[in-house]
Order: sequence, then C-alpha cells, then structure tokens
Amino acid sequence: MVPKTMLLLGTLGAVALFAAAPRAPLAGAGAQIATAVQIDNFHYSPPMLVVSPGTTVTWKNDDDSPHSVREKDGKFKSAALDTDDTFSQIFTSPGEYEYFCSIHPYMTGKIVVRPEGKISSN
Amino acid sequence: MAERELLAGAMINRRGLLKCMTWAGTGVLWTVSGGVPRTLGLLGEADAAEPQASGFTFLQISDSHVGFDKPANPNALGTFQEAIAKVNAMPTPPAFIIHTGDITHLSKDKEFDDADQAMKALKQKVYVIPGEHDVADADNGKAYLDRYGKGTKGKGWYSFDHGGVHFVALINVFNFEPGFKSAGLAKLGDDQLEWMEKDVKGLSASTPIVVLAHLPLWTIYQEWGWGTEDAPRALGYLKRFGSVTVLNGHIHQIQQKVEGNVSFHTARSTAFPQPAPGSAPAPGPMKVPAEQLHSILGVRTVNYVRGKSPLAIIETPLSA
Repeated sequence: MVPKTMLLLGTLGAVALFAAAPRAPLAGAGAQIATAVQIDNFHYSPPMLVVSPGTTVTWKNDDDSPHSVREKDGKFKSAALDTDDTFSQIFTSPGEYEYFCSIHPYMTGKIVVRPEGKISSN
Repeated sequence: MAERELLAGAMINRRGLLKCMTWAGTGVLWTVSGGVPRTLGLLGEADAAEPQASGFTFLQISDSHVGFDKPANPNALGTFQEAIAKVNAMPTPPAFIIHTGDITHLSKDKEFDDADQAMKALKQKVYVIPGEHDVADADNGKAYLDRYGKGTKGKGWYSFDHGGVHFVALINVFNFEPGFKSAGLAKLGDDQLEWMEKDVKGLSASTPIVVLAHLPLWTIYQEWGWGTEDAPRALGYLKRFGSVTVLNGHIHQIQQKVEGNVSFHTARSTAFPQPAPGSAPAPGPMKVPAEQLHSILGVRTVNYVRGKSPLAIIETPLSA
C-alpha cells in the first residue's frame, strides 16, 4: 500500500507542481486528490476546507513571516515554513482536523474530511 | 511611533556617552537602584547611565532573528553582530547580558550556530530564554533545549541571583493556547508556575525581582496574541515584593507600563521593527527606509544601584 500511495502521490505532485513530499497518510487510502491552502497576511486561506478522503492538502506560505501548521492534538505538524515553503498532508480518514500556527497561535484553520463530499471551502 | 523616535533622539542628544553606543535596534541597558527599575526618558533620569560603584548594570538584547533575510532587514545576523560590537565598545561593560528570545528566525541549526558564534564575541555571560521562533522546529523546541537547556528546570526555565537582585527566567512559548475558542495567548503552564512559586517563596520581600519572559506578561494587544494568559498567577506570587521588573521582547518596540510594584517593559529587536498594536492588518516585519532602520533597532542597559533610586533603563538605538 505504501509504494502504491507514493506512486499515486508522485504523479499527482508532478501534475499539481507541488515539490514537497506528502507525509505518511493518517489512515487507510482512497482516491487521490490534491488541493491547497494559502498562508498570507497571518491567515490561512481558505480558513476551512472540505475535502474527500484521500485528498492531499498542501499549505504554502506566501507571507513574509514564517508560519507553521500544527493539528491541535498533534496528528500532523510542520516545521516552521519560511516564505515560499510548503507542507503537505494526506487526509484519508473522515473527520474534522483543527490546526493552528505554533508561532502565531491565534491563526487557526480547519480541514473537514467528508466521504462523498465535494471539495468546497468557505 | 513618532513619540518613540522622538524619545530615542532625545536620549542620544542628552548624553555624549550614548553617542558612541548609537545603533539601530540594539539592546537595553538597565540600572537597578533601590530595587525599582525604570526606563530613562520615559520614567527616569539619564543620570542613571553613570557607572555606579555600588551597583551594577546588565544589558538586554532581544529578537535577533538570526537567519531573517527579507526586505525589512536583509542581514539580521549583521545587525546582531553590530549590536554585540556596540556592547563590547561600552565604556562601562555590563555585568552580564540577557537575551529575551527569538535568537533565531526558524530554529535551524545553522541559525543557532551563527548566533552562538556571534555571541562568543561577548565577554560576559549571556542568559537566554527562547522565543516562539526558537522552538518552531518540528520537534517542539528540541534544537533549543539541546543547546541551552542544560542546568535548567522543566522546559528550560531557571533563576539566578546577582548583586542582591533575584532574576527569574520564564518561558512562555511552549504552552500556547491555540486560538480556536480563545485569543491564542501565550501560557506559562502549571509546572512552571508551581516551580516559580517555590523559587521565590524563601526570598525576603525587599529583594528586587527581575522577571524575564519572551512574550509580554501583560496583554498589550490580544488580537495579535501579544499577551500571556496565566501571567496574573505568576505576578500574584510577586505581590509581596517591593520591586518587580518584567523584561519582555517579542513585539520589537518599546512599550512600558507601571502597575503598583510592578513595571513592565518590552524591548526593541536587533533585527527589524514591527507595527504598533493594531496599526497594521498583521504584526509582520515592518519595512522602513534603509536609513531609518538603525534608529529603530536597539539594545537596553539596566543599572542597579543598591539602596538608591530605582532601576534605570537606557534604550540605545543602533543608528550611527
């Protein structure tokens, strides 16, 4: 399963022009979709993102301050992302994942993983 | 901002001594006298800058952000080295140096190495505490603690005494309350607070106390997380003391407040300025014209004179 996942992600990464290697899946595996969260001006945009299981989400820091991405219970976390750095995480299990910036903890965001859900944001 | 610039200018004009110490964003020289610290130009008199036979001075450097290379300051290591050179050129060397955090920008080994190398030029002992930028590695501060954690308690906190003054170095960058339902302020945490209560318990109420912490121990601007949620508990342990001085960094500008027996001070950065609270959409690095940068960065000296007037604090910009 791991090689298959890596292969799928590799293909996807090339298409989506994401250089960062996704971290290990949280659980299981599903259809592979990628989408992005932009970090700019001390905000995650979109602040909430709804994705299907199997989606790889990539955060990119477009701000001139460093930021990070840390799930509130530590399920996933990035190191400090400097300007233009990216961090990717694949979401396979349905649920809500709240995260914050460990450097500026008032910055928060949420990923909602919903089976059969269409990718949308607000 | 205009007031602060005016203040810096007034201080430089006031004392020839300061002329040889001018630089952008340097450090803060502190004089402790009679146990009450204060900042020259805002609360006190410039005379406190005089070397005092019966007291001592120490110097605060903060927010050096080694590794930062964005337009607001393309060479943060350079301005840090500049600040250190100014300290070494002081006519009366401070007894020791404190660095109130954000030594590095991204907690990278190379940044810590560069900062250490720069600080080796200082002749005095340097007491450090981390800022949130120093514990931003994926291992939650391992890089910092491996380097600076030896001989400290818990996650790096400690205390020490010098010349009759008790210094408590607190760490408020490990227990942030994420801003889901709260303001996302810093926290000291129960373990550290319990340690602190014991640490000051046996001290006489006349002992001057100086508390170091990276984020302010009073809420300067909640919307940007510029405060520490459980600071009131820490300050509660210090209520019985006649003189408490709190020295913070983090916000890259001078803010001060006196509340009863406690005076609070934030220091300038040696790297880049940040906007005044609420004056910008976000607290990111503030780009100023290159010729102004050195007037906004600085260091701080504190002068302690036993049994006389309060702690005198001198802000020194890096500008030439």
